[in-house]
Amino acid sequence: MRIKRRNIIEIVLYLLPAMLVIGFVFFFPIVRVIQYSFNRVNPRNLTFIGLTNYQILFTDDVFLSGLKNNIILLVAVPIIIFLSVFFAILLYEKMGGWKFYRFVLFLPYILAIPVVGVVFSYIFQLNGLLNFFLEKLGLKFLMADWLGSSKWALWTVMFVIIWKELGFGIVLIFARLMSVPKDLYEAAEIDGANWIQKHIHVTVPQTRNVVSFLTVITIITMLSWVFNYIYVMTLGGPGSSTMVSEYYIYQTAFRYHNMGQASAASVVLFLITFIFVIIQTRIRGREEVE
Amino acid sequence: METVKQKDYKVRKNYFAFFGRQFLLIILTLISLYPLFFMFITAIKSKEEYVFNKFSFPKSIAWDNFIEVFIGKNFGQWFINSIILTVGSVIVSLALAVLASYALARYQFKIRDTILNFIISLMVIPPVIMVVPLFVFMSKVKLINSLPGVILLYTGLTLPFSIYLLTTFFRSIPQAILDSSYIDGCSSMRTLTSIIMPLSKPPIITLIVVNALWVWNELMIALIFLQKDELKTLMIGITVFKSRYNINIPLTMMGLVVITIPMIVLYLFGQKYFVQGLVSGSLKE
Repeated sequence: MRIKRRNIIEIVLYLLPAMLVIGFVFFFPIVRVIQYSFNRVNPRNLTFIGLTNYQILFTDDVFLSGLKNNIILLVAVPIIIFLSVFFAILLYEKMGGWKFYRFVLFLPYILAIPVVGVVFSYIFQLNGLLNFFLEKLGLKFLMADWLGSSKWALWTVMFVIIWKELGFGIVLIFARLMSVPKDLYEAAEIDGANWIQKHIHVTVPQTRNVVSFLTVITIITMLSWVFNYIYVMTLGGPGSSTMVSEYYIYQTAFRYHNMGQASAASVVLFLITFIFVIIQTRIRGREEVE
Repeated sequence: METVKQKDYKVRKNYFAFFGRQFLLIILTLISLYPLFFMFITAIKSKEEYVFNKFSFPKSIAWDNFIEVFIGKNFGQWFINSIILTVGSVIVSLALAVLASYALARYQFKIRDTILNFIISLMVIPPVIMVVPLFVFMSKVKLINSLPGVILLYTGLTLPFSIYLLTTFFRSIPQAILDSSYIDGCSSMRTLTSIIMPLSKPPIITLIVVNALWVWNELMIALIFLQKDELKTLMIGITVFKSRYNINIPLTMMGLVVITIPMIVLYLFGQKYFVQGLVSGSLKE
């Protein structure tokens, strides 16, 4: 279809409202946050201070431990991927009741993080359910202050994140498995492949794209979508043992009212996320080619 | 003899494999459900009972918790705020997404795939990056502590996914159907409302469900942009609850039950749409 002038006007009219809102919520702030990061931000005016915000940022132990904790949280990525693939295969092979299991396993994913966070706080607090249970079983030596000690807090939060996000991975990979041609598995069985060989030679190549997609999404989640868990369960503490970069931005901007430095931290987080966004776009492109 | 043995072995192996699988899935099911179960049974305990009985069912059911949640300051108001934000954002976002997706799906123009890919890549940008400039700007124009202001933000944040989902669907509608409508002399707007929209019920329901879930569960934007107590949402409310009733854990749990039930009910009836919607962002049909 050739584009007529009338069509161009129509295209613009249809796109404009959405683009204005997207422009306001995404583009305007991203440009602004970069500008702010080189300035001291006061309610009325900006003062250009070059790289000072970044210099302070990278000598701030709290920010650095935030970044470190984001990186430690990446430990959850291989765990989520492995468990998702494993349970998706179990679900796929044991066809009976998969609808029930899918319903139940997906349930944590639709619950609100604040709800999940509060419930788990009561399970993991010092006089909470888990320790109550351990004491009753006579396993007192296993008791710990799961959220209140800097040794355990981050790992406890990580457990909760895995608990919540796993359902998404399982359902995603299960959905992909359902569309793998059955005869591929039958052929492998006729060739005498055992369970492990079958999955290495059929499942792995067939699910490669969706697994890499899930990997990138989970990495992005661990680096930049964990604010809610931290806000509800630990507020970054004890000390800064569960500080993450998002919570650092929130705290710097809205507790200490240092908008310039919060902006510098935002830019750092944006750049980190952006790398993975590009990788993800590539994977999507590859999937569309196939 | 040899073959019989082998067969016997194989049957037994399958038997083990079957129960092994069942066993692992049941364990995972229990782990997935237990925190919810814990939430429900704790919500109907008295706070005295919770101290010594955390694990099992309550000996006497404390229905009072349910009433007390609503007497507890502003809970009803928070509930209403959450509903206003959810309904408002879902409707506005859907309207804008339908129009934009129509342009991206039904017209051929050079940069349409560039625009679409650009919008898709916004799906994973964490909102925390935009929050500082938005806050500065919105305080200047007095949109802090304003429900319409937050609806605007939620609309923007849900648009990328909405446009992605609808554009993909619109593009799958056969061109012939649309051509016949143009030949009949329908305007493009008429084609959208009387032909495309009725065909697009499934993705529209999916969007409503997924976006409603997202807005209902959102915490950070509400926390920063709605600071007055009477404007808070349920998600902020429960964090207030948690610190206010730190000694009365069953009461907090009852609050959680009340705010979770609408979403669980929605999930029960629209499971298909939830799963499709949340997974389709990442999987080609």
